[in-house]
Amino acid sequence: MTAGSEARAHPGRRRGVSVDAFKAILAKDLRVELRTLQSVPAMALFAITTFVLFRYGLDRTTLSGSLAAGVLLATVLFAAILAINRLFVAERDEGGFDAIRLAPVDGTALGVAKAGALMVYLLVLEAITLPVFAIFFLDSWSGLPALAGVLALTDVGLAALGALVSVIAANSRARDLLVPLVLLPLLVPVMIAAGNAAEPLLAAQGPDYGGIGKWLGFLALYDMTFIAVGFAVYDFLLED
Amino acid sequence: MAEAASVQIATPPATSAAPIAASARGLWREFGELPVLRDVALELHRGETLVVLGPNGAGKTTLLRVLATLLRPTAGEVSVLGCSLPRESWRARGRIGYLGHEPLLYRDLTGAENLRFAARLQGLGPGAPGRIAELVDRVGMSRRADEQVRTLSAGMVQRLAVCRAILHEPELLLLDEPSSHLDPEAAALVEPLLATAPDRARVLVTHEVDSGLAEADRVLALRAGGAVAYEGPANGLSAGDARAIYGGAP
Repeated sequence: MTAGSEARAHPGRRRGVSVDAFKAILAKDLRVELRTLQSVPAMALFAITTFVLFRYGLDRTTLSGSLAAGVLLATVLFAAILAINRLFVAERDEGGFDAIRLAPVDGTALGVAKAGALMVYLLVLEAITLPVFAIFFLDSWSGLPALAGVLALTDVGLAALGALVSVIAANSRARDLLVPLVLLPLLVPVMIAAGNAAEPLLAAQGPDYGGIGKWLGFLALYDMTFIAVGFAVYDFLLED
Repeated sequence: MAEAASVQIATPPATSAAPIAASARGLWREFGELPVLRDVALELHRGETLVVLGPNGAGKTTLLRVLATLLRPTAGEVSVLGCSLPRESWRARGRIGYLGHEPLLYRDLTGAENLRFAARLQGLGPGAPGRIAELVDRVGMSRRADEQVRTLSAGMVQRLAVCRAILHEPELLLLDEPSSHLDPEAAALVEPLLATAPDRARVLVTHEVDSGLAEADRVLALRAGGAVAYEGPANGLSAGDARAIYGGAP
């Protein structure tokens, strides 16, 4: 018996290794990001610069309510686009699409792993920028824990939809234009729901938790819809 | 319709009792309106090597990518390892080793990390580290396997790409100019790893007609534009014949 045949655990070649493939692709992406720092530092720098621009552009030292929610969510959204544009660059330029299609794994593993990587990037981004936002604009920090929850739910939608649009755009010559042009209209419902959920948490008189449940429910429904769409179409999108 | 070869080969077609590893009939592939493969037919048995010859633009790489399940045929019947393409592509994947023009290695990972990643995608078990160490040693890359691919020379990257292509012991090897970027010493290290075996078939795309014919059991010669000039056994076919058939330089 050769080392290779000992190594081969699944000689039957089936589509059953997708969970391990998902973990392998996610680990690979996070390893590359840690090594090259290509996405998250750029996102964080963009977000902090944007806060500075808002602070001096609006000429306000404090923000509250819908204006605070809008500044925060718009900044996170545009920072996310930086990462979404780069999400499949290595797969496109270094043959990752071919390498994955040559393996006995479902293309869904790639799409879900990319959404997972984007989710991690967004969580790290918010861990950095939410305190900066609070320092720049908030008098009271008491709503921040709940606001972090709203952002996490928003991130799921951004990641699910961002990975989906990114894979569609990956093989297009106009991919840098395609991502914002397709993604932003699709994210309008997410931004409306996230804004309405965040607004009472950032109220000038302190956070108000009443009435945000329906918006969180809407966010969760939207997230689940695009997670399901991703599961349904990734395998087809990755084929020739 | 395939054009008839202008050079007559005296030797009758050889037949093999081994199972068919790959076959195609009436294979067309178009990019937009442009046909790249026109009515290609081929047959390859296990244990055999099919050498694909032809000038630039003859569709050799496209043919290899169709057989690798990376491109769908526009028309025609294609079967690889008993799986009808594209319907059963997923059943053939993991049994094919593909070495194309791109190494399919991530530049920001090390060679060893790339091979471990490939092993996980292929579903290799706990023996994978041993297999990787063995292959890396055989291609003479043990000392450089922990360096990022972006820091390696093209020849070193090609050696790692060979390891990636055969890591999972594929039943069908698809090789597109496998010795490109390799110096003679490296080519000698890699050659036995890519050699044919009783349970393995090979499709070898090459511009080196003499060395290609020396390894060939069967030959597929494509003309510019993707039409078949010759498909049949290699015995009795000289390098001069082959060049004359596909319209290459004499």
